[in-house]
Amino acid sequence: MDNRKSIKTALTIAFLLVAVAALYWGDNNLSRFQLRILNLAAIFVILGASMNLVIGFSGMFSLGHAGFMCVGAYTAAILTMSPESKELIYYMEPIIPLLANVQWPVIPATLMAGVVAGIFGVLVGFPALRLRDDYLAIATLGFAEIIRIIVTNTISITNGALGLKNIPSEKSLLFYWGFGILTILVLKALINSSWGYAFKAIRDNEIAAEAMGISVFKHKMLSFSIGAFFAGIAGALMAYLITSIDPTMFRFLFTFQIVLIVVLGGMGSLTGSVIAGVVITIAMEWLRFVEQPMSLMGMDIPGIPGMRMVIFSLLLLIVVLFYRQGLMGTREFNWDWVLDKLGIAKSKEREVS
Amino acid sequence: MSAEKILSTDNITMRFGGLTAVSQLSLDIHSGEIIGLIGPNGAGKTTCFNMITGVYTPTKGRILFKGQDITGMRSNLITKEGIARTFQNIRLFQSMTVLENVMISKHVRLKANPLEAVLRLPRYTKARKENYEECMELLRQVGLDDVAHEMATSLPYGKQRRLEIARALATQPSLLLLDEPAAGMNPQESLDLMNFIKEIRDQFKLTILMIEHHMEVVMGICERITVLDYGVTIAQGNPAEIQNNQQVIEAYLGVVETNA
Repeated sequence: MDNRKSIKTALTIAFLLVAVAALYWGDNNLSRFQLRILNLAAIFVILGASMNLVIGFSGMFSLGHAGFMCVGAYTAAILTMSPESKELIYYMEPIIPLLANVQWPVIPATLMAGVVAGIFGVLVGFPALRLRDDYLAIATLGFAEIIRIIVTNTISITNGALGLKNIPSEKSLLFYWGFGILTILVLKALINSSWGYAFKAIRDNEIAAEAMGISVFKHKMLSFSIGAFFAGIAGALMAYLITSIDPTMFRFLFTFQIVLIVVLGGMGSLTGSVIAGVVITIAMEWLRFVEQPMSLMGMDIPGIPGMRMVIFSLLLLIVVLFYRQGLMGTREFNWDWVLDKLGIAKSKEREVS
Repeated sequence: MSAEKILSTDNITMRFGGLTAVSQLSLDIHSGEIIGLIGPNGAGKTTCFNMITGVYTPTKGRILFKGQDITGMRSNLITKEGIARTFQNIRLFQSMTVLENVMISKHVRLKANPLEAVLRLPRYTKARKENYEECMELLRQVGLDDVAHEMATSLPYGKQRRLEIARALATQPSLLLLDEPAAGMNPQESLDLMNFIKEIRDQFKLTILMIEHHMEVVMGICERITVLDYGVTIAQGNPAEIQNNQQVIEAYLGVVETNA
């Protein structure tokens, strides 16, 4: 048992080292386009995993992720932009003096983006989490739109519909995937902890969970605001990647892209969200050819923007109809599985962490 | 009974719109007793449980547990006070193993915050380890230790019932409410269950209030019985008195037409 535990720890550390080396290699050898796609994949991994915490592990059908992302993106953008570019961009209405001269380093700004989004999570969750299922979905969808509309209209803070430009750019794989890996490690630790089990208990049977002494509302709030926190982080990363943001980026359609990742990967599997996050981001780019004008069997088809989404919609339909558990179901990748396959240091007992 | 009163309901009434599900029920339960709550289907027995455990707030009346007013308190807080229950239709956490099901009960008493849990700081890991030992010990006592790492839903029916009781016991209650523990069991299984209930009462120093339809079980282990019919208390007394009570017989078997 102990033997195996140390093997697993060693493997995890080795894996992380290899990952860092690979990211470092990637930073120096991949093209800008490839880097951009992979960085986007990291953002979608964070979004997918954090939404999976809310939907898959805690059983709350929430569709507010784009809203929290919006909050995070704006927080990070405002905190990191230089005072000069703020003066330049806010020409409709000058930015409020409190924020005009702040310029934070990137990492604290990113964490702050998460915290602010988390606070919004608490504010939204407080009324919305009294609802469940479809009602919760509608309410959170509504709140996400409300956030977007507030952002559009608080011109002296967010520059309204004009959006923000000249956000300091980050290009390194290590930066985006560093946040990605940290997110996964934190969520995995949370899900395998007593709190994670409490979330799952509420998902499985709310009445029984409450009869076990679990305060359902408190735990839902916790899970929901942690989900919002990571959505905020992802929003911040999105701002650094694109370097210009505006409110229309965070329409509810964006949330559905994340839902797609959660459902295809498997509700209740972080591994699934990671795989689906990467695969879907790459597929999104790769499938661009279907939007080009092409001739198919003698027919000329004009380029139709949005055709990619049709393919994903069909995929989602097929998964929901025939393969409900998604790619991974509720299974997770773990070293035990690898070691069992290799026949090393067998152990029967499952650990409790 | 000279023992102290652990639970008393003072004329509790539950109305859903125009329907009175339970009307002016007064129960007095003393420490260490096994009390039966019986009555035909729809008599309001489970509603009564739901009021005691805080799922419903009684329309009228008060519930006192160990002298404290718990009327309308939230379920999870009532559990913390020391009332645990099982459910008529089994409500196990289906995505978890037997052990994990039982360990959920320990979550509320865990003395650590989520941050400590994520970082696996000593206070958390130590508490979890203690919980693990306690829960394994509990499973050993109820005879489920050999299936501790199986999925809860893969157990045979009788063991699932037993697990529900074990899970309730893990919250360290002083009053245990059992909602039809013998439902769907064959005579041998119900006999085992009777012995099991008596055992846990003595071992964990419990007071038990149970709803049950199997009359052998009820008459076999309950010291006092309360009979409900359409929400109204029609009889209270020891098994012998209940068996000979005319109203109870009528409620169960129907009224005998005298001038037929």
